[in-house]
Amino acid sequence: MSELRELYQEIVLDHNSRPRNFKEIEDADRVVEGYNPLCGDKIMLYVKFEGDTIADIGFQGTGCAISRASASLMTQQVKGRNVAQAEKLFDRFHEMVTGNVDGDLDFEDLGDLEVMAGVSNFPSRVKCATLSWHSLRSALKSQEAHVTTE
Amino acid sequence: MTTAKPAESPRPSLTSEAPLDVQRVRRDFPILQQQVRGRPLVYLDNAATSQKPHQVIDTLTRYYTKENSNIHRGVHYLSELATTKYEATRSTVKRFINAGEEREIVFVRGTTEGLNLVAQSFGRQRVGEGDEVIISTMEHHSNIVPWQMLCEERGARLRVIPINDDGELLLDEYEKLLSPRTKLVSVVHVSNSLGTINPIKRIIETAHAQGVPVAIDGAQAAPHLRLDVQDLDCDFYTFSGHKLFGPTGIGVLYGKAEHLEAMPPYQGGGDMIKSVTFEKTTYNDLPYKFEAGTPHIAGVIGLGAAIDYVEGIGLDRIGAHESELLRYGIERLSAIDGLKLIGTAGHKASILSFVLDGVHPHDVGSILDGEGIAIRTGHHCTQPVMERFGIAATARASLAFYNTKEEIDALVEGIHHVSEVMG
Repeated sequence: MSELRELYQEIVLDHNSRPRNFKEIEDADRVVEGYNPLCGDKIMLYVKFEGDTIADIGFQGTGCAISRASASLMTQQVKGRNVAQAEKLFDRFHEMVTGNVDGDLDFEDLGDLEVMAGVSNFPSRVKCATLSWHSLRSALKSQEAHVTTE
Repeated sequence: MTTAKPAESPRPSLTSEAPLDVQRVRRDFPILQQQVRGRPLVYLDNAATSQKPHQVIDTLTRYYTKENSNIHRGVHYLSELATTKYEATRSTVKRFINAGEEREIVFVRGTTEGLNLVAQSFGRQRVGEGDEVIISTMEHHSNIVPWQMLCEERGARLRVIPINDDGELLLDEYEKLLSPRTKLVSVVHVSNSLGTINPIKRIIETAHAQGVPVAIDGAQAAPHLRLDVQDLDCDFYTFSGHKLFGPTGIGVLYGKAEHLEAMPPYQGGGDMIKSVTFEKTTYNDLPYKFEAGTPHIAGVIGLGAAIDYVEGIGLDRIGAHESELLRYGIERLSAIDGLKLIGTAGHKASILSFVLDGVHPHDVGSILDGEGIAIRTGHHCTQPVMERFGIAATARASLAFYNTKEEIDALVEGIHHVSEVMG
């Protein structure tokens, strides 16, 4: 039960019920649809740049508490950062939720994102937590407008 | 009505047999004896795959320990033994579904391969440009995609029987879809995401009245209903061993001999030929024409043990127990605030699909898992059903004869716990 409580801690539930940056950005520079074929969850991610910096970011769509909270937390953390910083965050977040850690075992550098660490105890939910992040990486690399977790 | 006699729910046993002794049958399933996440395992994901009794496990162990050999062409003792056991299962299957002849029983990997075989061999022979194939809204992806592939290749059109809000086929609409362009109907016997038991006998009669053959996806029916393919008069019927308490990777395709005789092989290779030269190959007789290569011999023999086991308990007893479990499950789940059952057909198998207000099914699944309760969450490979009900996913508890009312109580308690955790 403690692992479940860690997964569904209050910040996660709060971001699920009141997601931040839950909005469409009409003049977004990049719009990416993220899709998790495992569960059918879809999110739309909107990113607006100023030079190399993520000036604004928003998301919409349906999903479980983990995917919604993760998307919400992500938008808060990457807004105002440049592409390289956001990509570094992606790598660190991925390390944390998959448990495949190359860098520092302490994830304090992730700030509020650290609340998602409990996902690593639930391998079947990693894709829920990373859907928004894969969508972000695709938006940053501007390769494709449709990504899946597969 | 799906079968001649006591198949409808509730299904009282016609014999004087005692009711199912569930605690006794549970002892046959080693996996059910264990704890998961510190709690006794409550396994409610039987529509995905069923657990295996030790009778099946022991059969597999004995096969690989003492009997393993290749079949049909060996002249030595073990090959003859393995061949005899392999073919004995064909006879068991014939009896189990009441087929007319053993050569109408083809071993395949599972329901998916059975349907693909029908689409690629029978379908390609019969479906041409402008023709139509009828399926239904509640099909599993495995009874959609093979027909889409066929229709795309042939320039044919896929037509879909709609369903009502309870998850029942609209038979009037079905009758309207049938036309001289219809070359085949392929529908599911029991829906994996809704539990609906479809009136396939009537569906088959209606199609046959217009000369249209019918294939049935029986993956979810075989573990619950007494089958009689001759009474149904279906042209094809296919099911999987692993949902029937047997091994994975083995299944059955039944086809009427007249169709199988006329169909081209699905795969080429060893065992499916009589003679091969570079100029000409003569195909083997039924059913070997459709069993190219070394088959899943252990799987077939294990499937035989599974069917023997199920028949030993008796499908009437299984049906009676599952009907009562379903009734109890519907009663208890319906009483939960904010819970909505998806799939409320009057005639259904022991599948309880549901959604909870404000909580995504994935979260329901994870929280129940934390209490040792295994359910399925997601679209269950039936995305058109989810779309029909305007939802992305459901949580699904699917019951087998070894499940108990106490396990349904644990599920209900777990769902209350979900609401606590999610606030």
